[in-house]
Amino acid sequence: MSKEIIKIEDITRDFTMGAERVRALRGISFTINEGEFVTIMGSSGSGKSTLLNILGCLDQPTSGLYEIDGIKVKNLSRNELATIRNEKIGFIFQSYNLLARTSALENVELPLIYNSKISTEERRERAIKALKMVGLEDRMDHTPSQLSGGQQQRVAIARSLVNNPVMILADEATGNLDTRTAYEIMSIFQDLNEQGITIAFVTHEEDIATFSSRTIVLKDGNIIQDYKNENVQSAEEELAKLPKENH
Amino acid sequence: MRLLNLFKIAFKAIVLNKMRTLLTMLGIIIGVASVIAMLAIGEGSKESIRTNISSMGSNIITIRPASASSSGVRASADEMQTLTLKDYEAVKDQATFLSYATPLVTGKGQVINGSNNWPSSIYGVNPDYLKIKVVDLQSGSMFTDAEVKTASKVALIGQTVVDNVFPDGQDPIGQMIRFNNIPFKVIGVLEVKGENTFGQDQDDVVIAPYTTVQKRILAIDYINQIMASAVSEDDAPNAVTEVSEIMRIQHQISNPNKDDFSVQSMEELISTFSSTSEMLTVLLVAVASISLLIGGIGIMNIMYVSVKERTKEIGLRMAVGGKGSDILMQFLIEAILISVSGGALGVLLGLTSTVFIEKFLNWPTSVAMYSIVISFAVCAVTGIFFGWYPARKASALDPITALRYE
Ligand SMILES: Nc1ncnc2c1ncn2[C@@H]1O[C@H](COP(=O)(O)OP(=O)(O)OP(=O)(O)O)[C@@H](O)[C@H]1O
Ligand SMILES: [Mg+2]
Repeated sequence: MSKEIIKIEDITRDFTMGAERVRALRGISFTINEGEFVTIMGSSGSGKSTLLNILGCLDQPTSGLYEIDGIKVKNLSRNELATIRNEKIGFIFQSYNLLARTSALENVELPLIYNSKISTEERRERAIKALKMVGLEDRMDHTPSQLSGGQQQRVAIARSLVNNPVMILADEATGNLDTRTAYEIMSIFQDLNEQGITIAFVTHEEDIATFSSRTIVLKDGNIIQDYKNENVQSAEEELAKLPKENH
Repeated sequence: MRLLNLFKIAFKAIVLNKMRTLLTMLGIIIGVASVIAMLAIGEGSKESIRTNISSMGSNIITIRPASASSSGVRASADEMQTLTLKDYEAVKDQATFLSYATPLVTGKGQVINGSNNWPSSIYGVNPDYLKIKVVDLQSGSMFTDAEVKTASKVALIGQTVVDNVFPDGQDPIGQMIRFNNIPFKVIGVLEVKGENTFGQDQDDVVIAPYTTVQKRILAIDYINQIMASAVSEDDAPNAVTEVSEIMRIQHQISNPNKDDFSVQSMEELISTFSSTSEMLTVLLVAVASISLLIGGIGIMNIMYVSVKERTKEIGLRMAVGGKGSDILMQFLIEAILISVSGGALGVLLGLTSTVFIEKFLNWPTSVAMYSIVISFAVCAVTGIFFGWYPARKASALDPITALRYE
């Protein structure tokens, strides 16, 4: 029915370290349609980050085909890849990767600096709006060292939203957060997803997966499960059910 | 727009590392400052030589006896007796590019006035001498052609001689002095000229008619030199050629290599000395340039460290859409900012130290505009040159590799 935003066919990714070869991905195929909310699960070292980096055009597969929005990634130049990352993708890293000694606001503005179509004023407005969405409007001038882990994570989320991406790729975006904050963030993602943004979300936690519409499970670089979630939970409702003591 | 953003990023990186930036700049600052100061010293000494020599009369032409280069033993010019009054008259009568000419005989001796005495030199000349040397009189008057003809015992003296033999502040005009026991009546005092370029005190001199000096003091009939002035500075080379030809006819010389005289213009003297000081300037600037080079290497070094240190940042910038060219420009701008602001500070330091050198060391200096422009341009080029490689390296990084860099 809706169009394919991601299509991978028989993707492999090998890392050669001296004589040794690590086969992080061993032939993976799937498609993600526009508007899907996919969680990617699997044990540590199963290749989740490797896969996400390839989907985010940060890394290239050793073999196989990758199409994003109908464009064959393999044929793109470094600059074209940069433009895709800049305009189509919001990426949230496993480690937050914020610029040190730089305010939250400037961190969020970062992707827009590399988009010459956006003026300084618009850049600022959009960054403020994104920070509001993650509830950090009163922390805009704080540098990463003045923010808690969860707040840093939310700055990273705001940064991924600021360029109005068609697709958000999140690598353990809730990994370091307590349940409440994790649910808050999941509800942000659900909102974004309702607005039509495609989301691929890497996580370890089963309960987080229940908020998504589809789950792909990796093991040793292969897909072992790929199923639709019939009973999608609302993060907002789950949040309401949590005991209020820690607030 | 994009460039402005990159400029802001680069500027911020510099501000975040103030101390390090300043230390990096130090090499450039010192390099530029020394280039400017050295050039100022070089230019200054060249200029002072020029004005000094010019003040001695820029169109002066001197004819001296010289041994032909092919002849065996060389006699010193003063001992040679090949120059005569006949030569002087021939030159004076025939040369068209000369306005004035005088024979010159010189001797050393003791100037005595009562109990005061002072060792000095006596110059025997004709009245044209003052016009050739562009010297005025403080008081009194020059001797006349008639007094030359009669070999009168009259003399003009320089200020140093006045100071030493008339220490009481007595007016020397009309007084009798003795030079090597020959009495002279002082009829004039020369204006003060100070030291010339060669450190010679131009005021330590007694001037008298050449006839008097020839007969009474030296007892010779030849002359030591003919001194003349060309019609204009531009005509000096023509005058030299003309005089040489006249002299060759006088001395019956057909081969210019066998000249027993030498004709030299002040212009030649100036260029001889200028070229010496030019060499010195080149040397000084070479040394200064080396420090500029070292400054440039300092920039390269710090840019390398900066790229290494900020590999993760580079990875992130690329991950969110920064292109290789953005990264390249960012680091290049950073390098240029460091080198150009270092250059600006260097120019400032160079100018201040030039002022100090002039004031406290009393060395003549002259800041050439071109030295500022050049060192500034060199700074920008240094920034580009030494910033390019590290920046290039940064821009070629793979986003994911850079992000994973520890
Ligand atoms: N740059 C690399 N060089 C060498 N090996 C790598 C590299 N990146 C990943 N690997 C290897 O590939 C495999 C998959 O790594 P990946 O980071 O994708 O795991 P993951 O599923 O994200 O694990 P985690 O849940 O711990 O984040 C691992 O065995 C890892 O050692
Ligand atoms: Mg991972």
